[in-house]
Amino acid sequence: MTGVDRTAPPSGGAAGPGHTPVVDAPPGASLGSRLAHRFRATGARRELQAALIALLASIAIGSLLMLIAGKAPGHIWWAMITRTASDPYSLGQVLYKATALVLTGLSVSIALDAGLFNIGAEGQLTAGVLGCAMVGAALPPATPAVIAIPICVLAAAAAGALVGGLIGVLRVTRGAHEVITSIMLNAIVSGFALYLGNRVIFRGGTTRGGAIADGAQLPQLGFGGSSANAAILIAILAAAAVWWLRAQTTWGQAWRAVGESPAAARTTGTSVGRVQIVVMIGSGALAGLAACNFVMGHKHAFEEGLGRGTGILGISAALLGRMHPIGIVVAALVIGFLQAGGLAVADLVPKELTEMLLGVVVLAVAAAGPYVRRAEARA
Amino acid sequence: MTAPGADATLLISAELSKRIGACVMVDHARIALRRGTVHALVGENGAGKSTLVKIISGVMRADTGTLTLDGKALEVASWDRKAARAAGIGIVQQHGASAETLSVVENAMLGVEPLRGPLLDLASDADRLRSLGARIGLPIDPWAESGRLPLGAAQRAEIVAALHHGAKLLILDEPTAVLAPIEVDGLLQTLRTLAAAGMTIVLVTHKLDEVRAVADDVTVLRAGQTVATFTATADDARLDVAAIARAMVGVDLPRPPRVDAPAADARPVLSLTGVTVGGALHALDLTVRAGEIVGVAGVDGNGQREIALAIAGLTKLRAGEVRIAGQDVTRSSPAERLALGLAHIPEDRHHGGLWLDATIADNLALGRRDLTGRFRIDRARVRAHADAQIAELDIRPADPHAIVRALSGGNQQKVVIGRELSRQRLAVVVAAQPTRGVDLGAILRIHDRLRAAATSGAGVLVISADLDELLTLCHRIVVVLRGKIAGERGGSALQEAGARNALGALMTGVEAA
Repeated sequence: MTGVDRTAPPSGGAAGPGHTPVVDAPPGASLGSRLAHRFRATGARRELQAALIALLASIAIGSLLMLIAGKAPGHIWWAMITRTASDPYSLGQVLYKATALVLTGLSVSIALDAGLFNIGAEGQLTAGVLGCAMVGAALPPATPAVIAIPICVLAAAAAGALVGGLIGVLRVTRGAHEVITSIMLNAIVSGFALYLGNRVIFRGGTTRGGAIADGAQLPQLGFGGSSANAAILIAILAAAAVWWLRAQTTWGQAWRAVGESPAAARTTGTSVGRVQIVVMIGSGALAGLAACNFVMGHKHAFEEGLGRGTGILGISAALLGRMHPIGIVVAALVIGFLQAGGLAVADLVPKELTEMLLGVVVLAVAAAGPYVRRAEARA
Repeated sequence: MTAPGADATLLISAELSKRIGACVMVDHARIALRRGTVHALVGENGAGKSTLVKIISGVMRADTGTLTLDGKALEVASWDRKAARAAGIGIVQQHGASAETLSVVENAMLGVEPLRGPLLDLASDADRLRSLGARIGLPIDPWAESGRLPLGAAQRAEIVAALHHGAKLLILDEPTAVLAPIEVDGLLQTLRTLAAAGMTIVLVTHKLDEVRAVADDVTVLRAGQTVATFTATADDARLDVAAIARAMVGVDLPRPPRVDAPAADARPVLSLTGVTVGGALHALDLTVRAGEIVGVAGVDGNGQREIALAIAGLTKLRAGEVRIAGQDVTRSSPAERLALGLAHIPEDRHHGGLWLDATIADNLALGRRDLTGRFRIDRARVRAHADAQIAELDIRPADPHAIVRALSGGNQQKVVIGRELSRQRLAVVVAAQPTRGVDLGAILRIHDRLRAAATSGAGVLVISADLDELLTLCHRIVVVLRGKIAGERGGSALQEAGARNALGALMTGVEAA
């Protein structure tokens, strides 16, 4: 796991005799075989292995939990899959949940790339919800979509970035650990949102604020009246952008170097503090963007507790996705499926059981890390 | 293999193999230790020296092989540290093995704590450690906290502890790497005394002058195999060091060409004036002129580290001024200094030199915007640069995509050198311990590159704990002692026979300059 736990390899090195260097695929090789070669060389295969092992382990432990609850696991898994797959509404809900999880997952992953464990995506998302809904509600009702949507999207991102950036600044200038500050900011932001709600936003005796301008509402995707909406495009674009930045630009390289080897980054002229602050601003903005899914795509207003838990589950998505944007998209779909599928079989197993399953997935991913390192040592 | 009991003078004979991952660390490596001798185990970095002694001392387990102790064949599959300790095999490892917060005596008795009733009773062991140390010329303070000891003292403590436990075979893995010249002489003297008293000693090293000074027998490892053995005979007590060197690298060593010193009026490219760094440097002045190679000598911890950091902009100055290529950079960021033509080879390649989990190509271009481009990485350019440096420095494996963590120390260091010395418009090179823990072949290449940098007009500052390295490279050597320049030697005075001793005296503060 990048930046969290790294085991030193055995002393010595791999340059002795008998070492088979990773050589380039022959020049004339087909694109497919070149991709396959790259897949092996970059360790992507091991990352995939870790995710698969974790998933299989989660299924096994989940089955055990179902047995303990006195249910037949095979029956319930099958019902979970078939009911979700055959019901457009459930499928739509999977996409709705996954949309936000992709964004919070990316938020956690880029911070972790830079060596910062941002567990404050929750608070940054809440700030995004607040910012997005308040700006949306303040817009004149007749504001056209081409203006209203960008403004609300920017408001969500900016509000999240503000909270994320604050964590970065505190870390860099004061040395305050980001885990502590982000936990505290989660509490502060949710308290602030509630205070503001009670004072100015909530409408007479409800916990719901005024509706955002019609133009700021994102179109629904259908799916049997589910909450799936066009915010999914934001999530896809964000994943693509993060992938591109990480793989192809000096920015992405700098933030990964800062995370994995801050001393080397510093000696080669990178300002570690500046990179960390910029990454935390980006991380906060990504978490804040998840608010678009909830506010602009579904509820169309500020509501107390809207999107709650998505920031924390974003940590799971980032870990299960092994910090890779594509992996995070897949992980978000898996977690979204467990959430929506859990509801689909609510008549068969208690909802708490599927919630436990989400925790099991994270534990399994964390535990699969050492397996991958051992496999690397053997190879 | 020697049949059990065939030769009563043999303490240990072994033939061992060990793989780690895909890498063969030792491959049927043979070694035979005679009682009461000092046996030097030499070879380049990554030759398998450490692995071999770790197996013999039970720290690491062999995959296959035979190990005979006192004529009895041992089971290599179950040979571990506990068994080796019981058999009287002591080892002092390269990076020490002490719990830093415990005292010397607590470390010595770890796992075999003497008890009086339910209570720990260390006093008598502490006294015995102290007197044993004094007797053999390795004085120690048994109650000192291990983590606070200088490296040399910590090493002495480990040696004395091994002897205290009744070791009859003492293995020292590169013990002199952390010592000042005068301490090295003392240690070698002690080893001779111990051997004369019947102790068997294995000295792992790649310094051939040490081998010549103390070794009775020599085993040379190359690429995990024993390639040669030498024995000092009674009538010709001097070992053929040149032959040992040839066996280590497999080729004859070329004599390095000397670079001419620059004219006395060459412009200064680096100057430090009154540089003070809290507790480490005190109003230090130092100038390096274009084309000049200046060495900084001194016992570890006298401010060498801070000189490099002050030049690179990685530490705060309390006072003073740093100029690079004529410009005042006292308040400039590291990036601004690099842009002026500074190249900085940090003393620890694992901490500051390399991004260990990235590829060779990425490390060779780390922070080099001139190669990567400002935003979108120019992969073709990075790749071409990597190919060129890999070829020029003979980095192995010759694969730009190989992860740097998997490389041997020497090859890792070549990556740092390749990145820093390929900078454009090189004005100043600061090389801190450029060849520490690096094998002979790599040392030659690194020295070549440093000389080439000077020839091309850069001022080169080499900070090294290895005085011989400075003597072969430098036009001028300054000695730091407690954060100040204690003296310097330059020009023809460096070529005289007494130069080494004079500098050694300056380093320890015996003689004022």
